[in-house]
Formats: sequence, structure tokens, C-alpha cells
Amino acid sequence: MKILVCVSQVPDTTTKITFTPDNKSLNTAGVQFIINPYDELGITKALELNEQTGGGTVTVITIGGVDTEPNIRKALAMGADDAVRIDAEPTDAFFVAQQIANYAASQNFDLIFTGRESIDYNGGQVGGMIAELMNLPHVNVITAITVNGNTGTVERDIDGGREVVEVTTPFLVSAQKDLCEPRIPNMRGIMTARTKPLQVIAANGSEKRTEVAQFQAPAPKSGVKFIDPNNMDELVSLLHNEAKVL
Amino acid sequence: MRTDNFEAPDYYLLDELLTDEHKLIRDSVRAWVKKEISPIIEDYAQRAEFPRHIIKGLGEIGAFGPALPAEYGCGGMDQITYGLIMQELERCDSGIRSTASVQGSLVMYPIYKYGSEEQRKKYLPKLASGEWMGCFGLTEPDHGSNPGGMTTNYKDMGDHYLLNGAKMWISNAPFADIAVVWAKNEEGRIKGIIVERGMEGFSTPETHNKWSLRASATGELVFDNVKVPKENLLPNIEGLKGPLGCLDSARFGIAWGVVGAAMDCYDSALKYSLQREQFGKPIASFQLQQKKLAEMVTEITKMQLLVWRLGTLKNDDRASTAQISMAKRNNVEKAMWIAREARQIHGGMGITGEYPIMRHMMNLESVVTYEGTHDIHLLITGMDITGISAFR
Repeated sequence: MKILVCVSQVPDTTTKITFTPDNKSLNTAGVQFIINPYDELGITKALELNEQTGGGTVTVITIGGVDTEPNIRKALAMGADDAVRIDAEPTDAFFVAQQIANYAASQNFDLIFTGRESIDYNGGQVGGMIAELMNLPHVNVITAITVNGNTGTVERDIDGGREVVEVTTPFLVSAQKDLCEPRIPNMRGIMTARTKPLQVIAANGSEKRTEVAQFQAPAPKSGVKFIDPNNMDELVSLLHNEAKVL
Repeated sequence: MRTDNFEAPDYYLLDELLTDEHKLIRDSVRAWVKKEISPIIEDYAQRAEFPRHIIKGLGEIGAFGPALPAEYGCGGMDQITYGLIMQELERCDSGIRSTASVQGSLVMYPIYKYGSEEQRKKYLPKLASGEWMGCFGLTEPDHGSNPGGMTTNYKDMGDHYLLNGAKMWISNAPFADIAVVWAKNEEGRIKGIIVERGMEGFSTPETHNKWSLRASATGELVFDNVKVPKENLLPNIEGLKGPLGCLDSARFGIAWGVVGAAMDCYDSALKYSLQREQFGKPIASFQLQQKKLAEMVTEITKMQLLVWRLGTLKNDDRASTAQISMAKRNNVEKAMWIAREARQIHGGMGITGEYPIMRHMMNLESVVTYEGTHDIHLLITGMDITGISAFR
């Protein structure tokens, strides 16, 4: 199969998040960026699907500056065949989705992966938007996938059970944890990644449709208060006067 | 089973001195170690068993001879890459790093450097993948710091060599498929010879009851009239500089490796000190604990700088034996000190297998002695600056 995997980079999960003085963007100083973990599942699953059938290609695409290239190289080291970087800041979900849809429109991919969401802004919109712009079937938050000929069988966890969906190629899915174990690049992969093609394309014809007005850090967690079970008056008083929930 | 939440200290932003590929390899090895070795290492160390099932993975991640050329199935990477891989393995356990550095520096390196093209092609790809494992025989029961006094020897029997003698304290010996053995010929000159498992008269009894490197297999090599084919002699080296050249490479790996052990002890101690409360506050609030932690991260930063610079020199083929001795000696000593300080911060918990501290501390007792003892390395520096040998 010819598979496209959409990849974004996100701050490492141990990052202490701070914002710029105007509170309109993330302060990236000293932040390590990693491949969005859900996108890593997409890359791995795409490779596994092609390895099972013994053919096909996996292309990864990222919207971002040259600073994203180490993570693109990692995706290639994991085993992707080639990569595309749309040279623009990924300003909002619509902008990103339209850039990817523009690129993918002429490429005849059988299957497109996104992550269920990026773990930084947690929008979860890009996959659905790409599918809509390309008029593709879209199954989101999937935990298993097999493809037989033109038929994909996709599983999703739903409340109290599991949903099995059949869908015809080409289609788009978004990866949820449990889809697979993310692949760790090995030495051979890292060596071959050096010479795999990484195509840089200028952004083309789309605008962002949202504007971040402000980011706010969550209030710091307050300490736990222990109250004697025989002192219900104190509990009620604290809930009323301090927590203001009664 | 302990979840490995290790985070590496990088107080001087030394990551900025590394290439993107260095970081990709280091982070990949770290992720692989966390997934495959961290969950099992304590159990194997307690049982004094080497986890043989990880060998294939070590080969795939590039731990065996990463700086040797790609045409022999190796990584073709630079010396800093080799160092970073050793750091990540020893961050988990010195025994695992020992297995990898013996394979890469003491078995593959001499075959590459001193071997014939046929020997390179026969052995290196299988050693790089881990399909074959090797060990290195230099130290003898009566010759440790003075390897030139070795008595292991071989005689030319016309169509083969006849090898006799014994080697001791050999990492990987119990399961190795081949051994690179240093022995004297009939003229008393030291030569390298490749002995293969299965050759009659060659045995590898395991050394038991170690309190150190318990997750790594150590043994003896015994040669009782072993017939070795003539093509197994390493043709391109003679004399002590052969094994000493290998040890330069291995000691370089140790200097990097123990940075990993030190970082693991520090990271564990820092986290424990922030979480453990006494007198109503985390023990990290107390000055004496802060002193320990601050001095630990200071020493780690110095160790990191030392090996990074040594790596750049080695990349240019300018790292001298004496410079490598200094780094090995300094970094092992500091790692041992850091392990002890970390043990104290962990209080009683520090002696249990819940934390890696005591395992690192015991492992480092071997590392400070093997591949040139702490004292001999000091005397190598002494000889280098004065021009006078104090150990011969």
C-alpha cells in the first residue's frame, strides 16, 4: 500500500511548560521536541501493514520549519521510505489540514494516518479536516487495523465494548494507544535514514482560521487537607467557605 | 518491577555539542534499554545470570562495534557515538556495557585493526549482529597489571599452532563463540590468535560468587594443547602494543559508560530526595542533602565534558593512551563516589533492589580494577608528565 503518515512534533512529555510574556505562544527556549506519540503509532502501524504484505511505501509529512528535521529523520530511521516537509509554521488545524490535503491530492495514497491528537494542543481536528477536504472516509481513534485488498477492517474502543468498522480504500484513520508498540529506530535504520529523500515544499494557498487569544497555566494544585471523620462541621465549613462548592 | 523514569542531567547544555544523529542514536538506545533491559536487570543481577536473550537486540541497536566500518556490518559511526551507546548501556548496568565493550573494543577492534581481510569478512559481520559473541584473553592468574609476563604460549607445529596456558577474569567467556587470545610464540613475542569454541582442549569454566557485575558472565579460558589453524593468527601485530591498543578503545568506552552509571545514581537520588519527607518536608530541603546533590551534578558535568573532549580528540585520532587513562580513572572514581553519596540519600532503601544504587556501586568495584587498575592509570599519568615509569 502507498501510505501517508502525518507527523507533528510536540514538547517532550517531561517539559515544564511556560508561555511567552504576552501569553500567546509557548516559550520554546530549552524545550526538547519529540514526534507526537500518537503519530509514532501511525508510523509504526503503517510499516507493519506494509511488512505483512511485503510491499508498498510509507511517506511521512510534517508542516514546520527546519527545526522539525531531526524528528523527520527519526521517522525515516524508524523505517519510513521518504519524507515531505511543508515549510511553514503549523499555525492552526485548518491550515495544517489544507496543506496536507493539497499535497496528498495528487499522490494517490491508499491510506492516511494521523494521530488521534497532538499531545501539546490536543485539538484532534486535523485528521477529520483532511478527510473532509479530500472527501475520504475517516475512522478516528482506532486501536486495530487490517487491510485486505481494498477493504480495511478497523477497530475502535467504544463505551462498554468495541466497534468494528469496514471501510474501502482510500481512507484516513487516526491512531490511538494500543494500536501497536512504537518502533525504536535501530542502527541500520539510522544509517539508511541519512540518504532517504526529504522533500521540502513551500506552503500553498490556505489561511488559518483561528487565533490564540491567550494561554493560561492551570492553577497550582493545593495540598490535601485531612479532616477528622467526627468533625463534619469543619468539613462543611471548608467546602462552603474555602472551596465554595456548597 | 521498577518503571524506568530516568531523565539525564545536562547542566551545561552539552547536548548542543552533539549532532542530531548523536542524539537520535543515544535516545534510541535509551528507549530500547528502558523497554528491554530496565524491567529485567535487577532480577538477572540478583540471580547472577546474564540475560542472553538481549544479545540480538544489542546487535540491532548498534552496540557491537558501532565505530567500525559499515562494509563489515558495523555502524560506521564516530567515537562519540560509541561513547554515548556505552553511556546508555551502563546507565542501566555496567555488566551489560561490559558485554558490549568487550565485543566491540576487545574482539572486533583487534580483528579489524590487526586481522587479515579474510578474518575481517569471516568474523566482523557475525560479531556486529550478535550472531557470534567473543571474549578477550589477556589477563592471567599470575599476570594482571604486568601482562607482558604472560606464560600462555603457542608452538608452530607445521600445519597448525599448539596453544597452552590459561586466562582469567574474562568477560563473556562462558558463552563466547570465539576468543581473541594474546600468547607468546617460541621467540617470546606476543601475538594475537583467534580460538573458536569447540576446538579440542579449549574450555571456559565460569567464575561464580561475584559480588559485582552479576548480570554479566565472567570466566576463565583454559588451553590444553589446543590445535589452532594457522589462518587464525592475527597477522598484522606483534608485541604488547596489540592488546594495549584494544584497551585504549575499551577504556575510552568505560570513561563514557560510567557517566551513565553516575547519572542514574544522581537521577534516582534527586527524585528520592524530593519525594521522601522527614520532619514534615522533603529531605531535599536539608542542606546536607543539597550539598550531596549539588556536588554530584557538578562532578557529572565535569565527567561529561571530559569524555566529550576525549571523543573529539579520538575522532581525530589524537587521543593519547595517557589521556584515555586519565578519563577512565577520573570518571570511574567519581562514579563510585556518586554511587556512595546516592546510597546515603536513599537511606535504607538504597541497599535494596528497589533502586539501582547498590548494584551500580558493586559493579563499579570491578570497573575500577579491570582494564588497568586505578593505581596503574595514575602511574601512567605520572609517567606521561615526568617521563619516568614508576611501575616497571
